Amino acid sequence: MQGLAVTDLSASYRKNNVLEDVSFELPQGSLTGIVGPNGAGKSTLLKTMLELHPKLSGTVTFAGAPLSKMRRKIGYVPQRGSVDWDFPTDALDVVLMGLYGAVGWLKRPKAGHRQQALQALAQMGMADYADRQISQLSGGQQQRVFLARALVQDAELYFMDEPLAGVDAATEQAIMTTLRELKGRGKSVMVVHHDLQTVEDYFDHVLLLNRRVMNYGETAEIFTKDNVYRTYGAGLRWRKEVPS
Amino acid sequence: MTLLLSPNAWWVLLSMLILGVASGMIGTLAYWKRQSLMSDALSHAALPGVVIAFAITGVKALPILILGAALSALIGAFLVQWVVSSSRIKEDTAMGIVLSVFFGLGIMLLTIVNRTGGGNVSGLDGFIFGQAASMVRSDVYTMGILGLLVIAVVYAAFKEWKLYLFDPQFAKGIGLPSGLMNSLYTGVLVLVIVIGIQAVGVILMSALLIIPAVSARYWTHSFKWMLIGSAFIGGGAGVAGTLISTMGKGWPTGPFIVVSSSAVFLVSLLFGARKGLVVTAIQQRMQKRSPRALPAEAEKSMVKEGGLQ
Repeated sequence: MQGLAVTDLSASYRKNNVLEDVSFELPQGSLTGIVGPNGAGKSTLLKTMLELHPKLSGTVTFAGAPLSKMRRKIGYVPQRGSVDWDFPTDALDVVLMGLYGAVGWLKRPKAGHRQQALQALAQMGMADYADRQISQLSGGQQQRVFLARALVQDAELYFMDEPLAGVDAATEQAIMTTLRELKGRGKSVMVVHHDLQTVEDYFDHVLLLNRRVMNYGETAEIFTKDNVYRTYGAGLRWRKEVPS
Repeated sequence: MTLLLSPNAWWVLLSMLILGVASGMIGTLAYWKRQSLMSDALSHAALPGVVIAFAITGVKALPILILGAALSALIGAFLVQWVVSSSRIKEDTAMGIVLSVFFGLGIMLLTIVNRTGGGNVSGLDGFIFGQAASMVRSDVYTMGILGLLVIAVVYAAFKEWKLYLFDPQFAKGIGLPSGLMNSLYTGVLVLVIVIGIQAVGVILMSALLIIPAVSARYWTHSFKWMLIGSAFIGGGAGVAGTLISTMGKGWPTGPFIVVSSSAVFLVSLLFGARKGLVVTAIQQRMQKRSPRALPAEAEKSMVKEGGLQ
């Protein structure tokens, strides 16, 4: 089965080009980190691929078909800060939203769906928090709920926007365990990632992005000091060479 | 209590109940869309449409006036969008401009029509502060049926509304047609405003949308119950305000609806089970007494720092 193929994808934001001619192919069963400086277009790349942000040109296909025809096969985890956690609902209800496509529009979720959502929460170590108000969850717990919502989608391809940003260490480990397990089941996962220290541990592929693809390939080959410097430009602290 | 003696009385009250319920529900949607003020701008923007529709047709038939109001409100909504997208002006300012310009235009047109139109137009003044008692049987039917339609749209797509309001990006990602939801949202918002302006008035119509939703927020942590609570409060305020306004001859309906719903808001603000001021104060005092009873989720989250400045 063919994976994700992106060809010459370009997008702009307020008349500035934020993505220029982005092309890459993602193999099935891979765990890819998207790494680059602020304003490099990492989130925009995910949104443009999902058609949440308009593209100027280019094509995105998954398994040979346009992405818009494959929505049920794609899971998306937006940035945690993109929603209002004051919204009156509980953790289980948020996870259930991942099943709305499967439930069918204008239909109500059934007990079976509820069961699936509970299982996904349990998988993220959140079984005891099913009926907890989302406003009363910690940042890490909110992120786990978002992950659980993506899990119930049972997608083939996952896009995740900074799932590890601002979470506690235990949540980071729980999320990485889940991502590795998804990869083990032959799913492809693309993750916007900020922490250069952990890139080599976490991802088998890396996309170095700064408006255009600076480098893309297997982490061991691509994630070199030279390439990262070239992506970030001056002012980068590389590993622990510079005392902080 | 002249209204209660008339054969129309119970029909008017029933239609005000339906209007209040529909407003309360749509108000909850607007609250979470962060567009409470938009409802105020749209109701003011409806006034010139009412007057122009009357001036053109020369009859005070509610369906025609509603159509004029809806067109005018939609033009107002479009102008707000246009100002925001084509200038540096922010949305709240754009709404402020549209609200005052359209209302001013409406009053100006109303004055001209009043001068030239003769006695036939006297009822148009009621659109400013609302005059539920002036509704005839056919008005009541129009309002009731359209109100029920709005309620049905919210009920049928309850789970879609929740997703659309909580996480619009994810909603789009899993294929919820966001363009359709946006149009539907504007559609039901405008519809509930235009059917309400005869009874409640353009100035205070937004109060019937905003106040019930904010009040209901103080009582529940569930979107479903907030929607139901807001519908309940809206319906109650609609009926109570209408009843009070019939006690005096020519008393406007809108202000009494606002006073009724504000009373509920005040009680909610103070005694609401969730975040009500009194309840919060009691909780804080109890926490002070037992300092060890910290909530379990207060665990510190260790924020990871990236390699970047």
